[in-house]
Amino acid sequence: MTRSGYFNDLHNWLISEDFTSTRQARLHKAYVAWLSLLANPLAFAGFAVVVLLILIATLAPIITLHDPVSQDLTMALKAPSAAHWFGTDEFGRDVYARLVYGARTTLYISILVTVIVAPIGFVIGAMSGYLSGWIDVVLMRITDIFLSFPSLVLALAFSAALGPGIENAVIAIALTVWPPIARLARAETLTFRNADFVVAAELQGAGMWRILLRHIVPLCAPSIVVRLTLNMSSIILTAAGLGFLGLGAQPPMPEWGAMAASGRQYLLDAWWLTTIPGIAILTVSLAFNLLGDGLRDIMDPRNA
Amino acid sequence: MSMINVDHLAVSYGRGETMTRVVKDVSFDVAEGESFGLVGESGCGKSTVLGALGGRNRQWTGTITIDGETINQKRSISQLAKQQMVFQDPFGSIHPRHTIGRALLEPLEIHGKNNRQERVEKALKDVGLPLNFRYRFPHQLSGGQRQRVAIARALILEPRILLLDEPTSALDVSIQAEILNLLKDLREREKLTYILVSHDLAVVAHLCDRIAVMQNGTFVEVASKKQLQNGSVTHPYTRTLIDGSRGYVVKQV
Repeated sequence: MTRSGYFNDLHNWLISEDFTSTRQARLHKAYVAWLSLLANPLAFAGFAVVVLLILIATLAPIITLHDPVSQDLTMALKAPSAAHWFGTDEFGRDVYARLVYGARTTLYISILVTVIVAPIGFVIGAMSGYLSGWIDVVLMRITDIFLSFPSLVLALAFSAALGPGIENAVIAIALTVWPPIARLARAETLTFRNADFVVAAELQGAGMWRILLRHIVPLCAPSIVVRLTLNMSSIILTAAGLGFLGLGAQPPMPEWGAMAASGRQYLLDAWWLTTIPGIAILTVSLAFNLLGDGLRDIMDPRNA
Repeated sequence: MSMINVDHLAVSYGRGETMTRVVKDVSFDVAEGESFGLVGESGCGKSTVLGALGGRNRQWTGTITIDGETINQKRSISQLAKQQMVFQDPFGSIHPRHTIGRALLEPLEIHGKNNRQERVEKALKDVGLPLNFRYRFPHQLSGGQRQRVAIARALILEPRILLLDEPTSALDVSIQAEILNLLKDLREREKLTYILVSHDLAVVAHLCDRIAVMQNGTFVEVASKKQLQNGSVTHPYTRTLIDGSRGYVVKQV
């Protein structure tokens, strides 16, 4: 294999372990992770689909010709054609456009849930592992209470109580996702709690927050990131489920679960209404799962 | 003037019914610039004494005076900087995901010291490591190099006292001598006071002027280096330890 001179130099600079700056050390780590992602075809496929999803969501207005919410009853329930790639729904809206804009909703929900859940789960779990004693007991029992409900039922109850809508769906899903993260963070923290390097930091006078953020976070991060990536699919499925039951995104907002639900009435005449969003949900969930598995191989030191 | 004064120190682990007293009643004095050794079998409480001195173990009674200041169970940040610890296992004592530079900057940030870059470079130079090691991760270093990093990290706060918890027992023999000589040079150069815990009498004799022999949480004898070398120790347990360190000797009939 021949590489052009510049890329060859760059590759050698990135792969060399003889670092001359902190930046090089960081880039080296990222580059090695990238190489191992490339070496794992399934994980890379997952990664590619996720990147594609993000691209589709950002470029939605450019890659669609039709407005996802404008109705045209004369065009209702048309089969897939050159003008409407995935057909039209019962109000004559273009399914392809709704699918593309639905990617935005899906990403919005899953990213927002992740951003809410990661810090909350980490802080609760790491504090309870680090401080132990009665704080640990109180925090873990609260976690247990949340864990003891089936997550979809809990999300249903919360979104029914908070009222339908996408923000409330995000809150409801976040409330069901944080407990496993907290458990994980606690377990990881416990394994490092009495490690010499943590004791050394304590003997140098580091406070709890410095130890948690500087010393525990870099060690917990890989497994939490893996867990969150694997969770993405269940977040998407829960969001779709809430949408299907009418508690998530409200019409006319395009959302894959709600699209699948509304197509159900026309399943025999217009198969594309349910099938297309179903395939989208399946593909994205599968991609996140594959990516999560791959990330576990790459990032988790115990699997190295 | 004595740097460390320990009076009737008792240390325990656990609470209530499961409380065990590991160190029963220990008193000693270490002069400034002196090197004091603690030897004894596993579980005799020597590392626990060190833990209490370093601030790791807070469940102790008695009086500890460091550099003329009486120490409480909870210490101020300047009291913590007076003594620093070097751990036994160089593989576990450095954060695996911090570069060496990061590990050395950390104490400087906690204590709000200035001239951080210069201090990091000086610390690496002091322990004989090349400057570009600051960008490396611990997994790229050998055991001996890591132990040098651990010593650099302990020294970067300019402590008066180094607490050495079996600093060489996880290293192989050729590296052991290097680290011991480094510690010896550093003590002379920086006028440091050492407390060295070891079960290896040869290591202790190489570095220490006075050696306390511990058994079951108490000192059975405090001997000088000379006494160890010419065998004029008084307690039978000390004699057993000396015989043990000689290895297997064929008994003369």
